[in-house]
Amino acid sequence: MNNPASPASSETAMIGSRSTDWHGEAMQKRIARRYAAERRFKYLGLSAIVISSLFLAFLLFVMIGNGIKGFSTTQVAVPIDFASATGGASPDQIRGEDAERALNSLDISGIVNTAIEIEYGADAADIFTENSWTDVRDALLSNPDMIGENTTVWLTAKSEIDRAAKDDTDEKFEALYAKLKDAGKAQSGFNWGFLTGADGTDPARVGIWGALKGSIITMLVTLALAFPVGVLAAVYLEEYAPSNRITDFIEVSINNLAAVPSIIFGLLGLVVFLSWLELPRSSALVGGLVLALMTMPVIVIAGRNSIKSVPPSIREAALGVGASPVQVVFHHVLPLALPGIMTGTIIGMARALGETAPLLMIGMRAFLTSPPQGLTDPSTVLPVQIYLWSDEVNRGFVEKTSAAIIVLLIFLLTMNAFAIYLRNRFETRW
Amino acid sequence: MTGPAILLLLLGLGLISWIFGRAKANRFITTGSKNLNSLPNYHGWYTALWAIVPALIFVAIWSSVSPALVTDSVLSNPAAAELTDNGFQRGAILSEARAIANNPGQKAFNPEAEQLAPLYAQAQSYYDIVGTLAVILLCFAGAAYAFIRIRPDFRARKRVEQVVMIVLLMASLIAIIATIGIVASLIFESARFFGMISPIDFFFGTEWNPKNTSVAGDGEDFGAIPLFWGTIFIGAIIAMAIAIPFGLMSAVYLTQYARPNVRKWMKPILEVLAGVPTVVYGYFAALTVAPALRDFAAAIGISNATSESALAAGLVMGVMIIPFVSSMADDSIAAVPSSMRDGSLAMGATKSETIKKVLIPAALPGVVGGVLLAVSRAIGETMIVVMAAGLAANLTANPFASVTTVTTQIVQLLTGDSDFNSPKVLAAFALGLTLFVVTLLLNLVALHIVKRYREAYE
Repeated sequence: MNNPASPASSETAMIGSRSTDWHGEAMQKRIARRYAAERRFKYLGLSAIVISSLFLAFLLFVMIGNGIKGFSTTQVAVPIDFASATGGASPDQIRGEDAERALNSLDISGIVNTAIEIEYGADAADIFTENSWTDVRDALLSNPDMIGENTTVWLTAKSEIDRAAKDDTDEKFEALYAKLKDAGKAQSGFNWGFLTGADGTDPARVGIWGALKGSIITMLVTLALAFPVGVLAAVYLEEYAPSNRITDFIEVSINNLAAVPSIIFGLLGLVVFLSWLELPRSSALVGGLVLALMTMPVIVIAGRNSIKSVPPSIREAALGVGASPVQVVFHHVLPLALPGIMTGTIIGMARALGETAPLLMIGMRAFLTSPPQGLTDPSTVLPVQIYLWSDEVNRGFVEKTSAAIIVLLIFLLTMNAFAIYLRNRFETRW
Repeated sequence: MTGPAILLLLLGLGLISWIFGRAKANRFITTGSKNLNSLPNYHGWYTALWAIVPALIFVAIWSSVSPALVTDSVLSNPAAAELTDNGFQRGAILSEARAIANNPGQKAFNPEAEQLAPLYAQAQSYYDIVGTLAVILLCFAGAAYAFIRIRPDFRARKRVEQVVMIVLLMASLIAIIATIGIVASLIFESARFFGMISPIDFFFGTEWNPKNTSVAGDGEDFGAIPLFWGTIFIGAIIAMAIAIPFGLMSAVYLTQYARPNVRKWMKPILEVLAGVPTVVYGYFAALTVAPALRDFAAAIGISNATSESALAAGLVMGVMIIPFVSSMADDSIAAVPSSMRDGSLAMGATKSETIKKVLIPAALPGVVGGVLLAVSRAIGETMIVVMAAGLAANLTANPFASVTTVTTQIVQLLTGDSDFNSPKVLAAFALGLTLFVVTLLLNLVALHIVKRYREAYE
């Protein structure tokens, strides 16, 4: 109000200031109420985030609590007199290239089963599975001298015994385990077989190396396809693309691909790669192709943001000394944008590593007892293995599933931590 | 020659042409006749590209044409004349002969195939030699053409960069190809499904009970309404009832109240929550949350509670979406001009009054857009519902009962047999197409809202 001839307004202002008694009881109450509402709102916000964090903590707690047991194994002693059982086979027989064939002719399985029978009698079937003898074969392959000795071997016990050693289960196996433990015939140790083996039917003998190797091969295919294509597409769209219909369509396609549900990519893979192009089913090649299509938009979007943040002065300086547009980008802009692109790539790869649904669609859920040997072999990946084990009826698979989840989470956290490190270490703020 | 050997040969020849092209350009410098237009490297690249690219194109064409040529030459041989006219049987014999020719020592199933195998091997080696010679010839011709053209004023850089631009454009076009691939495969298979089952029965039927039959039924068993309802119930109602309040309040607390060092620790926690794979959430829902909810329901006297309740899947999915909603709300609140916030605070409003009456209403379009994106992500989510929600297609609003979703059924239909002719398998593609269209529309609407909102404050 810069009109001097308006007494009315100044009068109301005076009345207003007089009527508001800030120290009066009503006003104090009102302020107290508003401040209380303020505090309530703040604590509501705090509790929202605390509850979210607690959920994460609870999830990790449950997984680690269940999974840590999956990394230990229970072994039971079996004394075997190899010298007499094999009729005096010499260690040299099972050395060298023909070792496996020589071992097969020695009927190790029969020898071990007899030894088990002698030692444990009627309990044998409750303690060991019919595959327990493979432990002995592997031990002989790595240490042929054992064949001439009278020794005690430690065999992986059946899953029920293993669980009896860890927590309460069946009365019968509890009692059996207690008996073995008292006799000093049972020991627990780190389950190396879990890190080196593949899928199986007995939870005590399964391993994740098969699935992990499948994951690694699949991820390499994904990286080899998605990274170059993603970076080149990002360069094109950010630096060279003329603004026309085709460019718009490319941009819409990329943004849309980034938001398409992952299972749709599985349907695409099933129809295009398996049915039309007839690529091998369940293979890491097809899995990698599907995941590459999913990861590529992530890399393009991260790459564009990273290229955009390189200041124009760099480009102008390079153009000024005679570089061509291609030289400007490949000699100057891209090296500066690379840390950001790498961060985006790692985050995209981490997402692809945890992806399950599209790989189920293209048949990477086969039951495989040996790791894949190449791109076109049937293979499975870590998340799919987790899904398959979670479906098993045998209670022994619970701890194995959780243990596999721990391995997967360790990989993901490492990748994310590396991405954060890259971002902090190399990213330039202009 | 095998594929890798050809590629290796071409790579080697390309390297040699690169060296020669570069050397020729270098000579112009040392003789000092004239200033070079482009650096010697570019002349090298130009020669190498001419050596490799035409040869590669030929390899691509040849590898698709030569099997037909081989088959033709085998069939024109008198030994093949007495083959049956039955096309299917003939194809089987021919493909077996090819397998034996490629892999000698394999046992033959058809005696005719055994006879044809040597013919096949002969024809194959003949066309192999022809192809390899042609590739090498093309390679040399290309390199020679480029080599002759190298002169001091030749603009090699421009030519090479044109090729680079073509490569860049092709990399960008892959996104379009992928989109077309998705749309084409979904529409193609869905069209076959709707040829057997009427779309009206599919979209408006209320009975979902797909049978494994290749005979088209009366369509009564392919009513997808219970699936759509289950998807909306879990993804858009239960999950959002968790994700919206928690995500919004987290974003408000982090942006408006938290001290910087608290924010520094809290934000990564939310990011970890977003980075946990969905299969882990699914396992957690099935192992821990679902039994707990069933016991809770039994304790408060709900009789038909199952351990595959909609609530368990929706709850865990909601938690999974919290970081997503939070980051969208964070962005929207940050985009509100600070003058609005400062004005409100200057008028004496408390922080919470400013947030509730100024910031959130101003940021509402952005928040709504974010929520729509979250819904689109929730209804497309697969593993949580596959592992925690049931398979029974119930039309119920009881959160403790079992419902099924579109994604669960896609997985269920496609992981049995894959006979691409039964409506049971093809139904998965019709569901996939529906899912694709709905998420696409949600994303387009959401992005439009967010864009309009951003523009309003710029």
